[in-house]
Amino acid sequence: MKKEIDQVTGTETTGHVWDDDLRELNKPLPRWWLYTLYATIIWAIGYWIAYPAWPLVNDYTKGVLGVSQRATVTQKIEDAKKAQSSSWALLESTPLDQVSGNPELLRFASASGKAAFGENCAPCHGRGAQGFTGYPNLNDDDWIWGGTIDDIQTTILYGIRTDHEDARSSEMPKFGADEILDRKQIGDVTEYVLSLSNLSTNAESSARGKELYAAQCVACHGENGKGNTELGAPNIADSIWLYGSKKEDIMQTVHTGRGGKMPAWESRLDPLTVKALAVYVHSLGGGK
Amino acid sequence: MMTEHVEGQCHDSSVVTTYDVEAVNRKDDRSLYASRPAIYPKLAHGTFRRLKWILMAVTLGIYYLIPWIRWDRGPDLPNQAVLLDMQHERFFLFGLEIWPQEFYFVTGLLVLAALVLFLVTSVAGRVWCGYFCPQTVWTDLMISVERFWQGDRNARIRLDKAPWSLEKTYKKVATHVTWLLIGLATGGAFVFYFADAPTLLRDLVSGTAAVEAYVFLGLFTLTTYGLGGIAREQVCIYMCPWPRIQGAMVDHDTFLVGYREDRGEPRGSHRKDQSWDGRGDCVDCKACVAVCPVGIDIRDGAQLECIQCALCIDACDDIMQKVGRPTRLIAYDTIANQDAAKTGEIAKPKIFRARTLVYLALIGLVSALMLWALSQRSLLEANVIPDRNPYFVRLSNGDIRNGFALKILNKLHEPRTFKVDIENLPNATLRIAGQADGDQTVKVPTDVLSEVRIFVVVPKDDAMQLASHGHSFNFIVRDIESGRITRRLSTFRRPSQ
Repeated sequence: MKKEIDQVTGTETTGHVWDDDLRELNKPLPRWWLYTLYATIIWAIGYWIAYPAWPLVNDYTKGVLGVSQRATVTQKIEDAKKAQSSSWALLESTPLDQVSGNPELLRFASASGKAAFGENCAPCHGRGAQGFTGYPNLNDDDWIWGGTIDDIQTTILYGIRTDHEDARSSEMPKFGADEILDRKQIGDVTEYVLSLSNLSTNAESSARGKELYAAQCVACHGENGKGNTELGAPNIADSIWLYGSKKEDIMQTVHTGRGGKMPAWESRLDPLTVKALAVYVHSLGGGK
Repeated sequence: MMTEHVEGQCHDSSVVTTYDVEAVNRKDDRSLYASRPAIYPKLAHGTFRRLKWILMAVTLGIYYLIPWIRWDRGPDLPNQAVLLDMQHERFFLFGLEIWPQEFYFVTGLLVLAALVLFLVTSVAGRVWCGYFCPQTVWTDLMISVERFWQGDRNARIRLDKAPWSLEKTYKKVATHVTWLLIGLATGGAFVFYFADAPTLLRDLVSGTAAVEAYVFLGLFTLTTYGLGGIAREQVCIYMCPWPRIQGAMVDHDTFLVGYREDRGEPRGSHRKDQSWDGRGDCVDCKACVAVCPVGIDIRDGAQLECIQCALCIDACDDIMQKVGRPTRLIAYDTIANQDAAKTGEIAKPKIFRARTLVYLALIGLVSALMLWALSQRSLLEANVIPDRNPYFVRLSNGDIRNGFALKILNKLHEPRTFKVDIENLPNATLRIAGQADGDQTVKVPTDVLSEVRIFVVVPKDDAMQLASHGHSFNFIVRDIESGRITRRLSTFRRPSQ
């Protein structure tokens, strides 16, 4: 290749020409720059030897330092568990109703419970435990099966209406579907139920419904509609409606009954996690 | 063979020594790819050299001794006056304790320092570079170490030219070992700012200190050795941005180290019996070049390379006294005065001019702001965060409940009790999670961030009267002991129906 020499400086050019006469002098790289390049090459070779680097067919080069990010993560999780172990032990030995007496333990259990809640309970109850239609809001003070911390733990462990032998269960009769009440009677009973929380708009119908209520509903829901947590009969005189407070919602309930299921977590979560969950749910603000 | 006496034309040799020296870093000779020519600064004697020795002692003294100053803060707190406690996220500066969220105090100090730097530069040029910059101070120290082991300028030039011998090896090794020891002391002092100095020193010596301490010790040893001993003026010329920036602060009324061309030119060697008529005072002895630590010739005019250390003033004054001419041929002078001098006039220095007044005003403003912030600095930080999921909870009796997280930061070193209240929310009741109804006190242990959950309940009818997009109300956090009140605005939300 012919060397082109720049006339002014007497320096060799790269041969590249722009805009007719603009040439680039072929100057050497700055020495510090060049040496840095060599240093990085040597560093890279050292890195290949020391760290996992090259993919093989079924494997990869492990490096002499034996560094593995997977192992590091596993180790870190182990360490974290070890660091928590004394708190878990304390939670295990503390009776459930006394957890709240120890602020430190309460904080630990609530935080653990919150994490478990996000993983296991949030799909139905919502991330903030705010609930949805048919899935109870766990922040409020209305508890179908009882809101003491023990009740909550029982519910989580065995579920509601599950196959578990300790599960609690109840059935709202299908007054309409099973033709116990006719359509008009269902309307009347609904008006009466609405009147318990001052939502009724038809006093006459409500008065007729009162008799039907006394005959059919009072056994479970009680004389004033306050419900019964032993039987899982909801309070129907308060402001909280699991399936909606509109007339058609309630008529639907009376007609076909309801029977939402809460899974039993005893077989899926360890008892300590359930304990932490109970503490967390109880601490949301509505626990009794 | 190098000699300080040059040939026969040096007629005044008994009084004036003329140096056989070329400015190795002369303006005309600089190229992008220049490799570093060795510079052998000669020891200067005079006002500015003395000033620089004093300032070196003061600045190095401050750096090395500050970690050892003790400051009693009471039990459980470090008793080191200046401690950057990374582990506990606290900066201790004598009586002041800075938390991470108050880092703006440090930012304010840095802004203030920058403004003072601007002011000083606009008044007297690169005073920072010439006297205070760690690079200058340590380089000066390293050069004096070199001078101690290898002798002054000529002896060093001779030594470098001489073939390797036992003597040369010993002198060179001694120099570099001393440099490394200085580096070690520098790194040592640095790590003491981050941990209790006496403890750390014991740990460092016994090999039980944290790995980080050794890493930083090694890093600072090597950078001190490398930047101060080896790289020297190259740091100022090639690495430091300040020489480029400082030009923006310098104007015609800035005092700069400069050569009085009107007096000096035409330069030339001078015989004792020669008349001074028709010639300048500069006898071209190049003493100014010989002492220059960056290897320039100040007579070329203002240059980016010049760190304004003023050693050339000392060197030239020495010569001027010997030849019986007025001193300060090289002097701190303004460009305006140098220009005026060409026509025989004198330009009075204008220290108070628009530029310096603006810097002064800014310094005053920032200082006032910082003092104000410092006086407003609260020893309590309270934060209220409303629940976002769910915004509100309808209770069985229809009342509406909102949940809040209240975070209280207690910066005092004693536990405090606060009473939480609400205002501007009709008929609201307040309950703290985990506490009995009516117990509205929060106990915050010393020196921590404490978080409690607060439930605020508003009766159904009152709640529905509130703004549907959220009602603003205040939390009141009262320090029971001092009675001091902190208010925090928050929002109460209700369902749309």
